[in-house]
Amino acid sequence: MAEQDWKTNRRVFAAVSLPTFLWVLLFFIVPMAIVWLYSFGENRGLTEIAISGTLDNYKRATEWLYLSIFGKSFAVAALVTLICLIVGFPVAMAITFASEKWRPWLLLGIMLPFWTNLLIRTYALMMLLGTQGFANKGLGVLWEGASWMRTLVGLQPLATWEPVELLFNNFAVVFGLVYVHLPFMVLPLYAALDRLDRSLIEASLDLGAGHFRTIMRIVVPLAAPGIIAGVMITLIPALGAYLTPDLMGGTDSQMIANVIERQFKKANDWPFGAALSFLLIYAMFILIAMQSLRRRAPEVQ
Amino acid sequence: MTQPAKPIIQIQNVSKRFGKVTAVDNVSLDINAGEFFVLLGPSGCGKTTLLRMIAGFELPSEGQILIDGQNMAGIPPNKRPVNMVFQSYAVFPHMSVADNVAYGLKIAGVKGGEVRDRVAEALELVKLGGFEGRMPDQMSGGQRQRVALARSLVMRPKVLLLDEPLSALDAKLRAQMQFELSELQEKVGITFVTVTHDQDEALSMACRIAVINKGDVAQLATPSDLYEYPANRFVADFVGSVNIFEGKLTLDEPDKAAVDCPGLGKVYLNHGVTGPHGADVWVALRPEKIYLHVPGAGKAVRAAAEDAPDGHNFARGTIRGMSYLGDITLFEIELESGARIRVSRPNLSRHDQEDFTWDDKVSMHWRADSPVVLLG
Repeated sequence: MAEQDWKTNRRVFAAVSLPTFLWVLLFFIVPMAIVWLYSFGENRGLTEIAISGTLDNYKRATEWLYLSIFGKSFAVAALVTLICLIVGFPVAMAITFASEKWRPWLLLGIMLPFWTNLLIRTYALMMLLGTQGFANKGLGVLWEGASWMRTLVGLQPLATWEPVELLFNNFAVVFGLVYVHLPFMVLPLYAALDRLDRSLIEASLDLGAGHFRTIMRIVVPLAAPGIIAGVMITLIPALGAYLTPDLMGGTDSQMIANVIERQFKKANDWPFGAALSFLLIYAMFILIAMQSLRRRAPEVQ
Repeated sequence: MTQPAKPIIQIQNVSKRFGKVTAVDNVSLDINAGEFFVLLGPSGCGKTTLLRMIAGFELPSEGQILIDGQNMAGIPPNKRPVNMVFQSYAVFPHMSVADNVAYGLKIAGVKGGEVRDRVAEALELVKLGGFEGRMPDQMSGGQRQRVALARSLVMRPKVLLLDEPLSALDAKLRAQMQFELSELQEKVGITFVTVTHDQDEALSMACRIAVINKGDVAQLATPSDLYEYPANRFVADFVGSVNIFEGKLTLDEPDKAAVDCPGLGKVYLNHGVTGPHGADVWVALRPEKIYLHVPGAGKAVRAAAEDAPDGHNFARGTIRGMSYLGDITLFEIELESGARIRVSRPNLSRHDQEDFTWDDKVSMHWRADSPVVLLG
């Protein structure tokens, strides 16, 4: 089939794209515009908001307290992305080099979590990590075993097992976010590695390079577009994560999305929540802009 | 090439199976140091698998491969004294030409100054001097292949393996590269082992050719022996164009033999074939070894009688097809038996192609040393 320019079939193009266009307009552009307008408004009574064009909300949002939460959210999201990359890269390599027979099953294994609601997955993870959870119970059994072994060789038994606090702290938030976002990292990495010409890897081996050097000097640089894509689509949702820090975090592990939620609900300060939301959106814009600038760079050469 | 033949690669009873498919079936071959060796065969015959086993990318299911006397079992590709030029060239797209060529040297721990000298020398060798700073995506396919060649040659391997090196080039460039590869091989003195499905490529470049069919060596010979003395029907048919007729061996003595072919007629050879008397055999006759004559004057009969008994080595027919190729004209002729035979005729002067045309009656003869009797 010949490639067709949409310009030659304007009406067909318009008819096909109209529903999508309306959808985006009604359910994305319009609500975003309302929130954007709210961010320049102030509360007048319990439900009434006057859009007065004030910048007070943004001024308040850049106070140290909120900036530090922004900073912390960035740090958590960056750490989650890094762990996802370190864990996800070998996984993506393993899927790429698995035999034809196994590959679809391994990919299914990566995508399977998507079929379950995030809330249910988070609760399942909490059952695993709680003080009475499977992780602690397993560790407890090992501890008892070690204690028993010591008595066998005539040593003092160990102190009674104290469950480790695995939940309701920053560790739990990072763990939960890594668990949720790993597929977002693995899939673009897999797509990039699968496209890689295998003979490049063989050529590197043929020229005397070991496997590690081949990965670092050939596979990683050539998979760079996939790595960047994986980093972006892991970093951005992790930055706006709400459910995981809310359910699995402690009092000190709130992220920016939790603060925003509080403004819209408990604090009933929509204009301030709107301003915080838009600061987050601008930050993501900058990230995406940086990525597309980097993509364009080689052409300039 | 009069060096004493010393095998640099010994392939001993090597088989390779992928699941139930046998790609290479009990192959034994010696490849001599300094020769240009070609593995020739149709696609899927196992020739590339054989090459990849030498490089170490596939492991033999059975048998062993020795390089320079050393058993390669358990030695990974990055530790073997061979280098490979891949069919897709596999030039690293994110590195400059110089970095590509220097890649293996740096890994081998060669120092900076020497790396630069050897890279320049290797690029000069493949006529890419001055291209050091180029990126692969700024180069043509032919140039990328030269980078791949330089990248392998700079390692000074004992053996250079080439997987279908010319298949991605256009016809003109391919013909030029055939000469250049042969020239390069003589200059550097490294053993070249090339895989190809293109018989012209094999005949023009090789010292020796192994024709591979269904995972087995069908014949191992020099290019001219392969063409003039094919060992079986597969080789006769695969290498060059040929007419094959079934027949019965009626005479077989040390200095002469005769085959009675129902399709072609009586064929006489001026040498023995050492086949069982009365056996079913095949006669192969190359199109360019058949002479065409205008019928009636008895020229064909007289010419055939010069080196064969009466009634042998000539035939009559009608031209059913013609294709003019410039240097030669190809004829397809229907013999009196109904069988078809292909004859090529050089156009030695400008109007030669006007001598014969469709539906002309013709007679033809061939010399007694031209036919080849095939037992299998």
